[in-house]
Amino acid sequence: MKHVDELLKDVPKISVQKYTAKDFQSDQDVRWCPGCGDYSILAQVQRVLPELNIPKHNLVFVSGIGCSSRFPYYMDTYGFHGIHGRAAAIASGLKVARPELSVWVATGDGDGLSIGGNHFIHICRRNIDVKVILFNNQIYGLTKGQYSPTSEFGKVTKSSPYGAPDHPFNPLLVALGAEASFVARGMDRDPKLLQNIIRRAALHKGTAFMEVYQNCNVFNDGAFFTFTEKETKDDNVVVLEHGKPMIFGKEKDKGIKLEGFTPIAVSLKDGKYSVNDLIIHDEKDTMLSFILARMSNLPNLPRPVGIFYAVERQTYEQEVARQIESSITKLGEGTLDKLLNHGETWIIK
Amino acid sequence: MAAKIEKLDEVTIRFAGDSGDGMQLTGSQFTNTTALLGNDLSTLPDYPAEIRAPAGTLFGVSGFQIHFGSKEISTPGDTCDVLVAMNPAALKVNLRSLRDGGIIIANRDGFNEKNLKLAEYEINPLDDGSLDKFQVHAVDITKLTTLAIQELNLSTKIVERSKNFFSLGMMYWMFSRPLDSSIKWIQEKFKKTPEIVEANTRVLKAGYNYGETTEIFHARYEVKPASLAPGRYRSITGNEATAWGLIAASSKAGLDLFLGSYPITPASEILHELSRYKNFRVKTFQAEDEIAGIASAIGASYGGSIGVTTTSGPGLALKTEAMGLAVMLELPLVIVDVQRGGPSTGLPTKTEQADLLQAVHGRNSEAPIPVIAACTPAGCFEAAYEATRIALKYMTPVILLTDGYLANGAEPWLIPSPDSLKEIPVKFHTDAKDFQPYSRDEKTLARPWAIPGTPGLEHRIGGLEKEHITGNVSYSAENHDFMVKLRQHKVDGIAEDLPHATVDGDERGDLLVVGWGGTYGAIKTAVENKRKEGKSVSQLHIKYVNPFQKNIGEILKNYKKILVPELNLGQLALLLQAKYLVPVIKLNKVEGLPFRADEIEKKIDELLK
Repeated sequence: MKHVDELLKDVPKISVQKYTAKDFQSDQDVRWCPGCGDYSILAQVQRVLPELNIPKHNLVFVSGIGCSSRFPYYMDTYGFHGIHGRAAAIASGLKVARPELSVWVATGDGDGLSIGGNHFIHICRRNIDVKVILFNNQIYGLTKGQYSPTSEFGKVTKSSPYGAPDHPFNPLLVALGAEASFVARGMDRDPKLLQNIIRRAALHKGTAFMEVYQNCNVFNDGAFFTFTEKETKDDNVVVLEHGKPMIFGKEKDKGIKLEGFTPIAVSLKDGKYSVNDLIIHDEKDTMLSFILARMSNLPNLPRPVGIFYAVERQTYEQEVARQIESSITKLGEGTLDKLLNHGETWIIK
Repeated sequence: MAAKIEKLDEVTIRFAGDSGDGMQLTGSQFTNTTALLGNDLSTLPDYPAEIRAPAGTLFGVSGFQIHFGSKEISTPGDTCDVLVAMNPAALKVNLRSLRDGGIIIANRDGFNEKNLKLAEYEINPLDDGSLDKFQVHAVDITKLTTLAIQELNLSTKIVERSKNFFSLGMMYWMFSRPLDSSIKWIQEKFKKTPEIVEANTRVLKAGYNYGETTEIFHARYEVKPASLAPGRYRSITGNEATAWGLIAASSKAGLDLFLGSYPITPASEILHELSRYKNFRVKTFQAEDEIAGIASAIGASYGGSIGVTTTSGPGLALKTEAMGLAVMLELPLVIVDVQRGGPSTGLPTKTEQADLLQAVHGRNSEAPIPVIAACTPAGCFEAAYEATRIALKYMTPVILLTDGYLANGAEPWLIPSPDSLKEIPVKFHTDAKDFQPYSRDEKTLARPWAIPGTPGLEHRIGGLEKEHITGNVSYSAENHDFMVKLRQHKVDGIAEDLPHATVDGDERGDLLVVGWGGTYGAIKTAVENKRKEGKSVSQLHIKYVNPFQKNIGEILKNYKKILVPELNLGQLALLLQAKYLVPVIKLNKVEGLPFRADEIEKKIDELLK
């Protein structure tokens, strides 16, 4: 932006200081329900940000409406609590106008995939460099317990006493289908994994989509416990690691192999299969990313978490900047005089 | 024998044909050439919503009317003197706008059996004497076009597409206009296909020469240049002027312009126009929908750009919630509504003024937004500039209302000097000491603009009610009551900043005609005509619809009767009555077309007899 530097010229330049997580905590009381998974997501973001050396004043958190969308109030950065579903569109405008800012969106399954579904798919395809954290609790929390676009078919809620007739979205497939360049899934109850995903997303150049399984202990308690709790986690979750075979299980004795295009879980114990038969995860493999994302919908398979897909491609705002620079090189900086007097004009004496 | 040349003060020509016949292009070429000759002029494109409606049909007729003269011209003309009809449907649809004794130039080849049937003519009107009260010239335009370029061996389709240049050439001859400007335009436009350049140029000349060498036209006409104020002029449409006004404001304010917009008739040309000026650092974001258009613009404004969104009525409806957000955030934003016929999809390509109440009141809760209305095509420049100035000075969204008639209409414009434009000082807040996001400028009540990237000013804003001064979320009853009133007070206070409204005519009298927006030209013409007859009638045209200028109430008291003509069912009338408790007489028309001056004159006569 041409004039911002000039207008801000009197501001003393402060060198990037070393932050701690505490520096990112705002003075507002956090008002999520006690025990809500949102606390963990907030904590992991606050823990990772100091590592990134982004000046606090260059960080902006944008949100829509819903429990997750209170997020910006609790961050001691710039924050914008928008209207329902529109965070991605607001963030798009901000990032295109000010590419030097680090822009983040906090959204939920209702805000991001229902009322804001359109903006979500379009930010993905444009690849605007915005980090999107989607808090997926498979329920409408703020409106007190209706089913959401990620709630499972047949779910009994206040608005579906006979079971939800809707087939749910798989958020990762929506993002991949919309050509997102970074797609990951984390969980509120796996802080290390979530931190890793947030760190990688922050470094990614382009739209970075993070689905986070988040427990709503009031309206949908335990929705993800199979994947997050100690007793069941290891046998039901496979952590994706780039370049490594897909092994899971308490004893690390199971793996995922492909049969045609279908992933199946196999045992490594009975001698029939070895590590060499397993899928080697490749974050840059488009086809594989769809297969892995699809695993959530298939029976008898562990739930993949981690980074499904990460490729770099040109961002929208880079192309906008390129067109502006090339136009200025060709035509010179625009002036009012030039604008008003170009083309066909005539003089009356 | 050369035809004799008659001098005329003013002429109105209407070009009409199939929507694929190139009538808009023909009309705009005639407009440019006429403007270059120094005539004053006003145009009215009138086309169907279908891009290529079935050929020959009544609903597929596309028209372009131009009114030009050696005197001041304020409207596209009530009736036309010349009608160019490329087929029977074009004749049928437009005949009612031709004055008695007017000239019809008909493309005889277009009046074939199939087209006559489509236009529901049982007998060819060119032959049955039904047009006897007009001067009819049936010319074999298609055949003559074919002959003019047969040696170029072009496809029938290209030949068919060139025939509008034949009509244009004839009109250039008839009204003594040079061909060079259009030839230059053809060369530029079709430079990648030299054979098209050659064909169109030949056909244009053939049309001109046809007038010159045949003796079927008894007269040709000359319309001397108008006595316009000295200076440099250009021809400009309302949508172009809107785009340029926004760029001018951004340049004066020293801020980048960001347009978030979704294509919609008749506003899309503003998006097209702004997309061209990359070297002015204009960023245009063609959004996925109307809501993303305004939401992205709000995001850009939050970041320190001038956020703009452009739309028409249905789009304005979709942006409603986000406009409320902008009211709550108190960020500068310009929302341009190029009004069209409604409700719902309505009449996309036709004009109307029925979004006034939507603009002033159409949001949930108390969400005051200043509303400015442009009144001529070129006036859109000043209106867009002023809307931006107010948005920045008061940290508020502003709605600019134009309409389909202004957007597509063109007129000569005396190019302003950049120095003559009002200054737009902008200062971002940078002082971290005691910073409060919702503190206020004492005079304007604007809050500070503290943009991301400024060290020490990290803060949170949003759509939840704000606590006075701190901007923290507040559910306090007293605070909400206070903030609702404060936001209203801020917008009302803009009236202090506005010049006093002025009346054209007498300061007091029998009748005041009060209008707003695109009806300006028709009302002006009507009032001037009646004043020439000695009638006590004056004109007040309102540019600032919300808030009204401070002296409007005083002005209204000085007349015995008040007439409010509007292209709606009485929306300004409602606002005037509500605010000033004065009786007003309404004149309403909702046909998708602008007022004719004579419609207003008739009402004036009725009220003053």
